Amino acid sequence: MTLTVSNLRGWYGAAQILFGIDLGVADGEVVALLGRNGAGKSTTFRAIAGLLARRDGQVTFGGTDVSREPVYAIARRGLAYVPEDRRIFADLTVEENLEVGRQPQRAGVPHWTPERLYALFPNLGTMRKRLGGAMSGGEQQMLTIARSLMGNPSLVLLDEPSEGLAPKIVEDMAHAIRALKAEGLSILVSEQNLHFARLISDRAVIIERGQVRFAGTIAEIDANAEICEAFLTV
Amino acid sequence: MSFYVAQFLTGLAEASSLFLVACGLSIIFGVTRIVNFAHGAFYMLGAYIAYTLAERFSGAIGFWGSLLTAAIIVAMLGALVETVLLRRIYHAPELFQLLATFGLTLMVEDLAVIIWGPEDLVGPRAPGFKGAVMILGQAVPSYDLLLIVLGPLVFGLLWMLFHKTRFGVLVRAATQDREMVAALGVNQRWLFTGVFALGIFLAALGGALQISRDAVNHTMDLRIIVETFVVVVIGGLGSVGGAFLAALIVAEFNAFGILIFPGISMILMFIIMALVLIVRPYGLLGRLEAPTRAVIAAAIVWAPLSSAGRIAVAAIVVAVALMPFGVGDYWLTVGSEILIFVLFAASLQFLMSTGGLVSFGHAAFFGLGAYGAALAVKDLGLPLLPALACGTTLGCAGAVVIGWFCVRLSGVYFAMLTLAFAQIVYSVAFQWTDVTGGDNGMLGVWPDAWAASPHTFFWLALAVALGGVVLLRMIVFSPFGYRLRAVRDSALRAEATGINRMTTQWAALIIAGTFAGLAGALFAFLKGSVFPDSLGVSTSVDGLVMVLLGGIGTISGSVLGAVVYKALSIFLVSQTDYSKLVLGAVIVGLVVVFPGGLGGITARFSRLRPVLGPAPPARPESLG
Repeated sequence: MTLTVSNLRGWYGAAQILFGIDLGVADGEVVALLGRNGAGKSTTFRAIAGLLARRDGQVTFGGTDVSREPVYAIARRGLAYVPEDRRIFADLTVEENLEVGRQPQRAGVPHWTPERLYALFPNLGTMRKRLGGAMSGGEQQMLTIARSLMGNPSLVLLDEPSEGLAPKIVEDMAHAIRALKAEGLSILVSEQNLHFARLISDRAVIIERGQVRFAGTIAEIDANAEICEAFLTV
Repeated sequence: MSFYVAQFLTGLAEASSLFLVACGLSIIFGVTRIVNFAHGAFYMLGAYIAYTLAERFSGAIGFWGSLLTAAIIVAMLGALVETVLLRRIYHAPELFQLLATFGLTLMVEDLAVIIWGPEDLVGPRAPGFKGAVMILGQAVPSYDLLLIVLGPLVFGLLWMLFHKTRFGVLVRAATQDREMVAALGVNQRWLFTGVFALGIFLAALGGALQISRDAVNHTMDLRIIVETFVVVVIGGLGSVGGAFLAALIVAEFNAFGILIFPGISMILMFIIMALVLIVRPYGLLGRLEAPTRAVIAAAIVWAPLSSAGRIAVAAIVVAVALMPFGVGDYWLTVGSEILIFVLFAASLQFLMSTGGLVSFGHAAFFGLGAYGAALAVKDLGLPLLPALACGTTLGCAGAVVIGWFCVRLSGVYFAMLTLAFAQIVYSVAFQWTDVTGGDNGMLGVWPDAWAASPHTFFWLALAVALGGVVLLRMIVFSPFGYRLRAVRDSALRAEATGINRMTTQWAALIIAGTFAGLAGALFAFLKGSVFPDSLGVSTSVDGLVMVLLGGIGTISGSVLGAVVYKALSIFLVSQTDYSKLVLGAVIVGLVVVFPGGLGGITARFSRLRPVLGPAPPARPESLG
């Protein structure tokens, strides 16, 4: 396992959101984190990335316990976080957004340059000088992933990459994620959309109210209507 | 015509100096979110150190080398302050950082007197720029022309830095979203230190460049900081281009305003700022900030005092009321002054803690109250109680007018607009000599015979302060208080339930202003006189320090804050010539050790989590 999360608990102020999450991602694996709106998916990601001020439990990444490390140190170890709300630097151009994410080359993981990323996301290549604030939602989603890849990560936390995108863009996104998997990256991706998860992931973890309710393959979820009914359908 | 050209050029030179200092402040705020009150102090240090270097070592490094070396030395001092002090308090609410940097300013002022003495120092003229150049028949100092070139040059260099270097790109990114920058693997510590040093370098360079234009003295820090705040707010916090534009506007209005409206020259820039903020609430080139609500501690549950608490307060009040039987007149006068400031601080705390509105100009209402009472005595011949009513009414009326404008804004911009109005009122009191006596103030404002003795006046002050604090607490727990707290915690949700944000906050400001006016009116009778100082920045800052010391997350911790701060400052002034140095050090120390304020100490030990933990995320979170 490149990432192991055990008994992860997290709070916003006094409100506890996560009640002991356990999950793991193996080398080169794509794991989907499923659950309804409000189940705790984004909070899980923020806690793993070190962004949640109050958290507790163990996060082991590449054999090191990173649960006490500051945000930037976790990122430098090669654990990239792609936020749901994209958080593009609106006053910076596409090129400059990528520059912010740039980190030195790391042994054993794919090395990304702006040119390679423009090849992966051809749209971005046509708007290198455009300001982040002047891009469409889909373009911003591509940019936020590309920006995190500039850090040459070995694991990417992708928070709801398909959210709010047109069906055609969602397909492009699935394609891009499969391309990243082919490069050997490990990916933990959160989704509400089971169909999208099915397109990209090897395994799935379902959370509800801050706790893991199911872990297994997508096929097992498909075969078990009760799980779907209980934790996923709205 | 040629005269106007010369005046225009003078304005441009002034704009360049102002821009250097203001853009430093703006850059620092943009990235670190620290409103650096000490910016003026670093500007002053730049001037003093440049003066010393130019006087003693200009043989070795030359005049220009002295200026540059001075700026570099001060920038290194800035980096030291950032790593030793500010790093400890980045997670504290913005106001605490303001308080810490204010404490630093106090310390630097006294240190400057200790090192360089209290006299004005006049630096050497700049070699090569000693004379004047004739332009259209008018003599324009050649040094001014140099400054005119220097401003845009620095602007250009900064633009290159921010657009062509990785450091600059990171700074711009962090100005928008520093958490995301960290999540991308950037160690913000060094970014913050670098930005702080850069901003301080610019301030110190601005100060150093003044030594051959103007005398160097230990009050230049406060003069420049107020002007700098105005420029930065007009331009938009965090925007270098905005600072440039605003410096031009302010400097040119100053240059021409002096010719056209000499009577209101002091307040012209504040009028510009008020107008700009009403039309563009985030400054000319600023942008809407994500609402930060880092000020109020969520961990304390506000409740009316328990019966045990009431008995304890009653016991303390009785003990205080018995003081006249045990202590002498001097201590009773000191006690009355402390009680007056208890009411002043409580009124400001009501605005800040319950209303979530941080005012930098609360002294306006205090001073209006004082002048109202003084005018009632001197011009209308009214006795004590009606005169107190007049003062209170004037404070209230001031709050009605000023509040109407200010509640249109929020956050730092609200604070700055209150500062602007307070400065306007200050300047009116200072310049309208016929009515207010100007700088000489108004003397002979004594209470009636029945309240003239120190002990009756002490009881009067105690009754007024106690009544005021109790009334303010009752308002906190009234339906209006709940509405006000709803608006503070979530303006949008409060409005969706039918609460009008602006009228609610306006009413809060009027209430706070009225009580401050009452305190001011009483203050006039205590001192027997009124001076423009009662309306000044330092009175406003005193109030802020009291509230922050008391604990902004509390309902009336400022009572304790006012007692401690006022007693400490009165004691220090009587004990040492360097009271500002000691007071500044105490403030800095308190902020570092107790970031929750004195009132927060009990809560700190009675709860699992510190009262003032890391600020909650500024952006709305979805928990998906």
